Amino acid sequence: MNLAIINFGSGNLHSVHKAFENVNSELSNPYNIVVTNDPKEIQSADKIVLPGVGAFGDCKNAILNIEGLHASLEVSVLKNKVPFIGICVGMQLLADLSYEFGTHSGFGWIPGEVRRIASPQEYKIPHMGWNEISFSDHKLFDGCEQGSDFYFVHSFYFQNQKSEHSIATTKYPDQITAAVCKENICGTQFHPEKSHINGKRIIHNFLEWKP
Amino acid sequence: MLKKRIIPCLDVDNGRVVKGVNFIDLVDAGDPVEQAIIYNAEGADELCFLDITASSDNRDTLLEVVKKTAENCFIPLTVGGGVRNLDDISRLLHFGADKVSINTAAVDNTDLVAEAANKYGSSTIVIAVDAKQTDENQWKVFTHGGRKETDIDVVTYCNEVAKLGAGEILLTSMDRDGTKSGFDNKLLKAVTSKVNIPVVASGGVGNLNHLLDGILEGEASALLAASIFHFGEYSIGEVKRYLADNNIPVRI
Repeated sequence: MNLAIINFGSGNLHSVHKAFENVNSELSNPYNIVVTNDPKEIQSADKIVLPGVGAFGDCKNAILNIEGLHASLEVSVLKNKVPFIGICVGMQLLADLSYEFGTHSGFGWIPGEVRRIASPQEYKIPHMGWNEISFSDHKLFDGCEQGSDFYFVHSFYFQNQKSEHSIATTKYPDQITAAVCKENICGTQFHPEKSHINGKRIIHNFLEWKP
Repeated sequence: MLKKRIIPCLDVDNGRVVKGVNFIDLVDAGDPVEQAIIYNAEGADELCFLDITASSDNRDTLLEVVKKTAENCFIPLTVGGGVRNLDDISRLLHFGADKVSINTAAVDNTDLVAEAANKYGSSTIVIAVDAKQTDENQWKVFTHGGRKETDIDVVTYCNEVAKLGAGEILLTSMDRDGTKSGFDNKLLKAVTSKVNIPVVASGGVGNLNHLLDGILEGEASALLAASIFHFGEYSIGEVKRYLADNNIPVRI
């Protein structure tokens, strides 16, 4: 079984890789983890992870600039229904469009838009640090307690068009989507790779997820 | 609710932990990776390494420390010290840093702040500011590890780097650093009331009450401390319980 972590030059690639390796090593049947942008390797993967930090438009362009990458993701995720997780901007990219530094189209895999967090002056932007989430019943949160803290760092958030696609929320001060899921596609606004024991549980659950 | 973060900071020289008193008189106190693992297990919200290695030839020792820490600690890691350009930032991120803090180079060349934020994301770029009081309600930016005075007003500078895309400010009071007499809460409040990005308070923590004051009076988003954790005066857990008992939201 292969797990592909997509390398398009994202700043958190190393952290994501190390955290997945750490959790994977505890499985009785560990995955073969590859960090790759090779369309062939992506299409032979049984699970796919898309990390992402930075500006939405830059991440999108970096992906489009790697020949065959976006197309191979669409084949694997949309056609072959390979389980997929996007992290932070990797999750926001699933939206139809983003308003970060202009208007940019996303993958359009989960309907909705990425908008700037609107908050009063005493709420600093970025929303940076540990915040608690409430989640609905989903494999990703198996064994997690309601109100557990996860590490967030973002200035924009994914506003889902359909509420059923939001599977977890946090508050800053308004309610913000913390995790999304649609069939075999999920994503977290928070960074599981930086969320200590709670984050490792999310990674573990994703590795065991059979949507 | 967003939690107030507790960040132990390790000053690293040639791959070993040291802690300065007023930036001089360094005392050796251990292996940074071991320390980081302990802090991680104790419930630190983030970790911070400040590289004070004088010679750039020896800076690669820090990269190994960063790499080993990132392999063992799954919480955010900020690394700073001697960061001059985009290549330095890229290298630290590649070895496992989550955020990179820039000090002197950002003062010398504010374009670097914008370039770094554009390339790596605001969330990755921390601007470290060494501040010294020069008059009542007036603080100036110092560079080169606090050795060089500039004519730049701290509040103005923090606002500027925030606009350029910095994700966070690490604000050190040089007057208080190493004195254990508490944060300079007036300085903190002057910045936190005017600047719309998170501010990490640094310099001067000697006891638990100082930490509480940094939040209540200084309105800091996060508290950085070195020696109180380092020499075992307080554990991260003790700090968090004390803050929680005083109705401060913390991750326990």
